[in-house]
Amino acid sequence: MNTSQPVEAVVALRGVHKQFGAVRAIDGIDLTLAPGECVGLVGHNGAGKSTLVNLINGTLKPSRGEIDSHVTRGGRGSAIRSVFQELSLCPNLSAAENLRIAHPTLKGLGWRRRAGAEIRASLDQVFPGHGIDTDARVDTLSIAQRQMIEIAIGFAPRGGQARLVILDEPTSSLDAGIAEQLLAYVERFCAEGGTVVFISHMLGEIFRVASRIVVMQDGRVVAERASQDFDRDSLVDAMGHVAQHAPSADRRRDAEGASTAGAGASGETVIEDAAGLSARRGEIVGLAGLAGHGQAEALARLYFAGTSGWRAPRQPRMAFVAGDRGRDGVLPLWSILRNLSLSVLPAGARRGAVDRHAEATLGHDWQQRIGIRSDDLGNPITSLSGGNQQKVLFARALASSAPIVVMDDPMRGVDVGTKQEVYALIRAEADAGRTFLWYSTETEEVCQCDRVFVFRDGKISAELSGAEISEERILAASFEMQEN
Amino acid sequence: MTRHSISPRKLLPLISFSVLLIATFALQERAMSYLGLNLLFNLTIPIALATIGQLLIIMVNDIDLSVGAFVSLVACVVSTLLVQHPWLGWLALAGLVLAYAALGALIHRFELPAIVVTLGMSFIWGGLALVIMPAPGGTSPEWLRALMTVKPPLAPMAVVAALLIAAAAHLLIMRSGIGTVLRGLGGNSRSVARAGWRLSGLYALTYGLAGVFGVLAGLTLVGLYTSSGASVASSYTLLSIAGVILGGGEFIGGRVSPIGAVLGALTLSLAGSLLAFMHISPDWQIGAQGAVLILVLAARLLFTRREALL
Amino acid sequence: MQSLISRPWLWAWLAAIAVFALSIALSGASQAGGLLYAALSFGAFAAIVGIGQMLVITLGPGNIDLSIPAVMTLAGTLALKAMDGAPGTALLGLGVALLVGLGCGAANFALIRLLRLPPIIATLAASLLYQSLAIWSNRGLRIKPPAALADFATGRTLGVPNVALIGVLLALVVWWLLERGLWGRWLLATGQNPRAARLAGVPVERVRASAYLSVALLAGLTGFLLASFSGGAALNMGQQYLLLSIAVVVIGGTSIAGGFSNVPGVWGAALFMFLVVSMLNAYGFDAGARMMLTGMIIIGIVIAANARRRRA
Repeated sequence: MNTSQPVEAVVALRGVHKQFGAVRAIDGIDLTLAPGECVGLVGHNGAGKSTLVNLINGTLKPSRGEIDSHVTRGGRGSAIRSVFQELSLCPNLSAAENLRIAHPTLKGLGWRRRAGAEIRASLDQVFPGHGIDTDARVDTLSIAQRQMIEIAIGFAPRGGQARLVILDEPTSSLDAGIAEQLLAYVERFCAEGGTVVFISHMLGEIFRVASRIVVMQDGRVVAERASQDFDRDSLVDAMGHVAQHAPSADRRRDAEGASTAGAGASGETVIEDAAGLSARRGEIVGLAGLAGHGQAEALARLYFAGTSGWRAPRQPRMAFVAGDRGRDGVLPLWSILRNLSLSVLPAGARRGAVDRHAEATLGHDWQQRIGIRSDDLGNPITSLSGGNQQKVLFARALASSAPIVVMDDPMRGVDVGTKQEVYALIRAEADAGRTFLWYSTETEEVCQCDRVFVFRDGKISAELSGAEISEERILAASFEMQEN
Repeated sequence: MTRHSISPRKLLPLISFSVLLIATFALQERAMSYLGLNLLFNLTIPIALATIGQLLIIMVNDIDLSVGAFVSLVACVVSTLLVQHPWLGWLALAGLVLAYAALGALIHRFELPAIVVTLGMSFIWGGLALVIMPAPGGTSPEWLRALMTVKPPLAPMAVVAALLIAAAAHLLIMRSGIGTVLRGLGGNSRSVARAGWRLSGLYALTYGLAGVFGVLAGLTLVGLYTSSGASVASSYTLLSIAGVILGGGEFIGGRVSPIGAVLGALTLSLAGSLLAFMHISPDWQIGAQGAVLILVLAARLLFTRREALL
Repeated sequence: MQSLISRPWLWAWLAAIAVFALSIALSGASQAGGLLYAALSFGAFAAIVGIGQMLVITLGPGNIDLSIPAVMTLAGTLALKAMDGAPGTALLGLGVALLVGLGCGAANFALIRLLRLPPIIATLAASLLYQSLAIWSNRGLRIKPPAALADFATGRTLGVPNVALIGVLLALVVWWLLERGLWGRWLLATGQNPRAARLAGVPVERVRASAYLSVALLAGLTGFLLASFSGGAALNMGQQYLLLSIAVVVIGGTSIAGGFSNVPGVWGAALFMFLVVSMLNAYGFDAGARMMLTGMIIIGIVIAANARRRRA
């Protein structure tokens, strides 16, 4: 970069804050993106990367601070393009037709020919020899091909010129060869004066392509250096570590002593699936890795295979604690009590009737035990805060007699004090012989487990147990390090 | 560029139609003539148009339970108002199309369930039709009657009309730029919104176009029957849904085929008349449509499974 | 505690009572008895199929049974044929009607489940077959129901029409299942979020199957009662109940988005629908105006229910 004057910047953020209700997603960021540079953006889950992306591309407005840009930002014809990790093409349209949706000037007769030519040119440029049929419906193509099309649409001129392209995990479903084509193109694009923001969990790629690396944590930029000033260790270090190493390790050691006593008596394997996931009786098994790398799917698969949609035995084999409360857990029209008791009802039912007295007693017990903050369990579940809703879901699973409890990132929105209580509860239940499968995005929690499977790209990339479980080992297994 | 491979699943509407047509010809040679073909498919023209209207609504993940009542109302307007006061008649028809467009915007603005709103609309359209025409009757405008009974060279009017409808709908929905955006709405409305389109405008356009096809269905219906009544087209609601699905369309995801839908409408009407040629009691005419629907959808599942395995 | 005003079933009943009062005001108190008898009788038919449709709609978006009219007609026709007007065959006829309902429900669910068809298209395709079956078996003959059965269907006990008593009894049973029963909890949970319900251990497939069986069973029973009530099975006897069954569910305060049922509301709405038509009739409105008003009521209620949901 020859100048650092703000006028030159494609986008400049000054003191930007973004708040969602009480949550500070972005907490004061200054960032300048200059022409010709590729900025690697890294950070742990929930560090605020996607919020930052949406602020840069104009989808979100900052709560405080300023964002300046001298290129068209937002709307059709924007010079700032975002390629998202979740596929955002219309699956029922072809590649050329998808380009039409994002293209303000494709009109009139022969637009298909022009659209096809433009998308093919863009694909040829980024992925030479791609072999994609641009007239085939996108849902008939492979995930990798869809991702390539999305990237190509991001870089296509679309009646103007792409000035800044934000790539969010662009290589997550591409194989090494095609990913290399993309990296090479990003370099060329930047050399010609374009700007790229590159988000990836593959640190090798970040080092390969970025001229500058920005590290985010808790909505702030915690480190920002030229990429040659980082190495693998200092980068992992900058991404943050758990503050209280010692207490959780102590707890684990104590607990281990207790659970080995139980496990010695009955340590038989209760779960073993084709993907390599296994668990023994009384064991707390953690699933770790970056969010969206197949942990939740693995748990759902396990649960669906282990239970039936036709039978509801009085003693269920598994219980499930949802983390995505809206999608998997909370029944929004119901009271707290009804949400809590749902899994236990078959055990107490007489001739098809719900035992309402037993239900009320159960609700009362668990309200005391897990501390659900409400004067009346008859209140709607939606009247509770997120953390208290989560407690209800915990109670629903733990109140059942299921020997296996599957937990899909269950601590979202739970306050620290409650977390400690729930940890103790889980440990006590495990010592009594229950098996827990626990996916968590917080390394601190995973560090409490007896054994940990680290997931990357939908597969298990490491199995750690006992003293091997550490934040460093988990992070190392979550990020792909090998250099090619 | 690679060649498209055409899957049997995509060809299913054509295959099922051909099978029934060949069976009809085998049973009744006289059907294989200019006059025979016209008789066979004549009354399908308005159904095919109504089916395209339904297809537009299904394309954006909604469903329209008021098609039958709407076409009946249009028929009543055409056979009375349009005959007596042409200007007023056209104005009324334009108003009906606008009402449809407004309905689309309303449903999406307030996130209402389309199935219930169109159910309510079916009562309103039906009531209006009864007000206009308490008893069946009316006449067709001369020009309309002439248009529908025209005898084109080579192929009969019914066949020409079916081809025209399929071609026009295909151009509009599958080939044109705006049709593509509307299909994208059913596929992934978030991505369409992200690209900077105003969604309520697009929904209004979709419903408005469906209204246009409904009006065309009512016009051709009067041209063919030369009279109408308040419930003349009440069976169209279910027939049009069946036609869209038979033609390869799906309720969710904007996956529709206008050509398939026209073939679907033709297939359903063939299923009924085939029985007559087989000397099977006409009691089974409706049942045959149901059976064809189930058979074709079972075959589709079979092909889908096989394709998934490949 | 929920206040009484926010209970959606109340509105359907208040509206029904208001309309009844208006009708009486016009026609005089002497007509009240006759009007009440007709409203309770015809309301019962709409209420029974409405309760069935309600169970299916409660399953959530996309769930609906379009085969109700066809099942009614088929059950009524076959039952009358089996009885052939002979005395003492009423139970046989009832058995036939219920079996027809059960068979149709099983066929509907098999199509949904095995062919993976959306319920709309599955019940639509199946209804075309049932309808043909009814036409074929009916064939122009008009069999009268056994005299005793016809007397029962049109008669009253303690001043209340017998069909209304049956309708109320069924409503009580379904209300108990939904409010007190395990199955009701499962149905409501499935309707709110099938995935969450399944993850909480609810046997959602069984719930779905039983809902589709129930609606067909209730439609079969209604067909039997209606055929006995009106002195024979007509081929179009079920026609108006397709839209009516959906309308009474929506007006009765059941959520079209699923997960919230309202049994008393269905009865209130069924009475309201009949009374509003007869009132408009009495005030001299013609059929067209009556239909338009019905449509406006349905749309108005959807918009109002939606506004309430948005406020919440």
